[in-house]
Amino acid sequence: MSVSVEFLELLWILLPELLPSPLYALARLGVAFVAVMAFIVVMVLFAVWFERKVIGHIQVRIGPLHTGRWHGWAQTIADAIKLFLKEDIIPKGVDRPVYVLAPLVVFVTTVVVYVVIPFSRNLVARDINMGILFVFAVSSIATLGIFMGGWGSNNKYSLLGAMRVAAQIVSYEVPLLLSVLGVFMLAQTLSLNGIVEAQKGLWYVFLQPVGFVIYVIAGIAEVNRLPFDIPEAESELVAGFHTEYSGLRFAFFFLAEYANMFVMSALATVLFLGGWHGPFLPGFVWFILKAFFFMFLMVWLRGTYPRLRVDQMMSFCWKVLLPLAFLNLLVTGLVMSFI
Amino acid sequence: MAGLRTESLFLNMGPQHPSTHGVLRLGLTIEGERVVDLFADLGFLHRGIEKLAESRTYLQFIPLTDRLDYLAAMSNNLAFVLAVEELLEVEVPRRAEYIRVMVAELSRLASHLVWLGAFANDLGATTPLLYCFREREDILDALELLCGARMTFNYVRFGGVARDATPAFVEKCRKFLETFDKRVDEYEELLTGNAIFLSRTKGIGFLSAEDARSFAASGPMLRGSGIQWDLRKDAPYSVYPEMDFIIPTGTVGDVWDRYIVRVIEMRQSARIIRQALDGLPEGEFKAKLPRVLKPAQGEAYVRVEAPKGELGFYVVSDGTTNPFRVKIRAPSFINLATLRVMCKEALVADLVAILGSIDIVLGEVDR
Repeated sequence: MSVSVEFLELLWILLPELLPSPLYALARLGVAFVAVMAFIVVMVLFAVWFERKVIGHIQVRIGPLHTGRWHGWAQTIADAIKLFLKEDIIPKGVDRPVYVLAPLVVFVTTVVVYVVIPFSRNLVARDINMGILFVFAVSSIATLGIFMGGWGSNNKYSLLGAMRVAAQIVSYEVPLLLSVLGVFMLAQTLSLNGIVEAQKGLWYVFLQPVGFVIYVIAGIAEVNRLPFDIPEAESELVAGFHTEYSGLRFAFFFLAEYANMFVMSALATVLFLGGWHGPFLPGFVWFILKAFFFMFLMVWLRGTYPRLRVDQMMSFCWKVLLPLAFLNLLVTGLVMSFI
Repeated sequence: MAGLRTESLFLNMGPQHPSTHGVLRLGLTIEGERVVDLFADLGFLHRGIEKLAESRTYLQFIPLTDRLDYLAAMSNNLAFVLAVEELLEVEVPRRAEYIRVMVAELSRLASHLVWLGAFANDLGATTPLLYCFREREDILDALELLCGARMTFNYVRFGGVARDATPAFVEKCRKFLETFDKRVDEYEELLTGNAIFLSRTKGIGFLSAEDARSFAASGPMLRGSGIQWDLRKDAPYSVYPEMDFIIPTGTVGDVWDRYIVRVIEMRQSARIIRQALDGLPEGEFKAKLPRVLKPAQGEAYVRVEAPKGELGFYVVSDGTTNPFRVKIRAPSFINLATLRVMCKEALVADLVAILGSIDIVLGEVDR
């Protein structure tokens, strides 16, 4: 075991020497891609099971119990297999290229974001020096994918859902970015790893409490979870933008949604909760624990709150969150320039 | 934006839609998210129950009344039986009257619980639904002890009830009532004080007192609009005059008022059941009646306060074993007519809340 690990480490160090540089970059990218994909799949399978268990207990149920014997741990795996085996249905009236492309656009943009997330000090696929900007830039493309899905489905409910998505994500991105700006001002860097390093002593949640709250609210709105699950409002729009999707294509939307939840949680961890910093346990474990604290928070909210109405949600964003985010920025700036 | 061509969209909501509570079809004309016009398309669950009555004996028709408002079947049984009893001119034992009040109020609780859960679910809060069904389960268990059935009871009979209330049933009811008030507090904690819930219900779906009256709305719909009218008080039947309870009313007639009226009604129903349990007299549970019922020629109209509103049965007898004609005044059907007035300038999300606040059961709407 240890021999092979040593060998791998040696290979990792020697690889750049052995291979010509473009090939090395390609190999590194390939490894990163496989690792990220594996992580996403395992994490999502676990997250869905986790959500179903937690929401089950909140709702005085038990949740999945039978599949796989131990607390239904294999339930989501069975569900995933079922989705994969389903017939691929493309409804007649859809705008075919748009319809087919939409889940891929959503999924790929989500996967790409994982490239810059620092799971621990060295466990980051690519530490870009403006990582956070990259995250927001890429994840806003996902909106386009969702809108494509809603538009291409040729279904009125999907269209309504897609319009809501566009409105919601575009408006909540503004307070989200503003709340994060405070962190940049403190850390003086845009690199995610740099931000984590800067929180070695004190987590930014204590220096930026208002920013943290705004981030969490806007983040939940960004991933369309209750109380902001307006685009998929089941009781209003059936299933919103993915009404017409089934089987594998639906699985991609589903995967992307949970992967996105994790991205938001991971970013909250990186920006406000000191990322992989923590005593005793390895950085990676701390990171996952902190991120899953947020996942739990989202599930908890889902079990507690009703859904906002679309106009109320918009006015809350523009009239409450945005001014508050600006105020937070102003105070941060003033304090920093005088201290 | 002036040059932009806009078009209103026709949206077909139902009969397969999560929020139309069964097979109601709504045709919406929307501009963006705003509902400009709507019509309701009924009849997907029409079974011709009124016509079926004519080819059945009086007794055989009782099970069919279960299928009207299947969430509160006891009230339907009771209304039909009371109408036929008026034709038969039969004296009902007091014990039977108490049991009837008890099961009718248990049914009201069950119906309101389903409504509360479904309504909260319409607004996106999934948890109250599960909590409500937990309590409803207790009620159904109790009623199962009483008559063996959980949904379609066929329990209230001419001259009394089908079986006597056993001590096990009384015990089960008492045990249920012990925790019930606390459970209602729990729902209120989740919903009543919730800022999002308030913003989704207050000031939405106004139904003025005049409108409510002119549409002949009844039940919590009418009381939510501020009119104090409850047949249990205003045209009493059975032993309701002996019970002590209040009739809650709303103030402005919005979705919130209808919500709070129903929540208070649940507490009052629990009160009535408690009184009925305490005062349950000994004696017969069913009056002696001939095996073949042939009510005298004539007609009777009896109305009761069902969970959804005023449920009326108009029964015409020609002196044979079968009713000549049965007409049912279904409260949800008449309440549903107010939807269009309430949805003026509403958003699609509001429409769902408003429709939820009417509390329709399609089995009753379509009959």
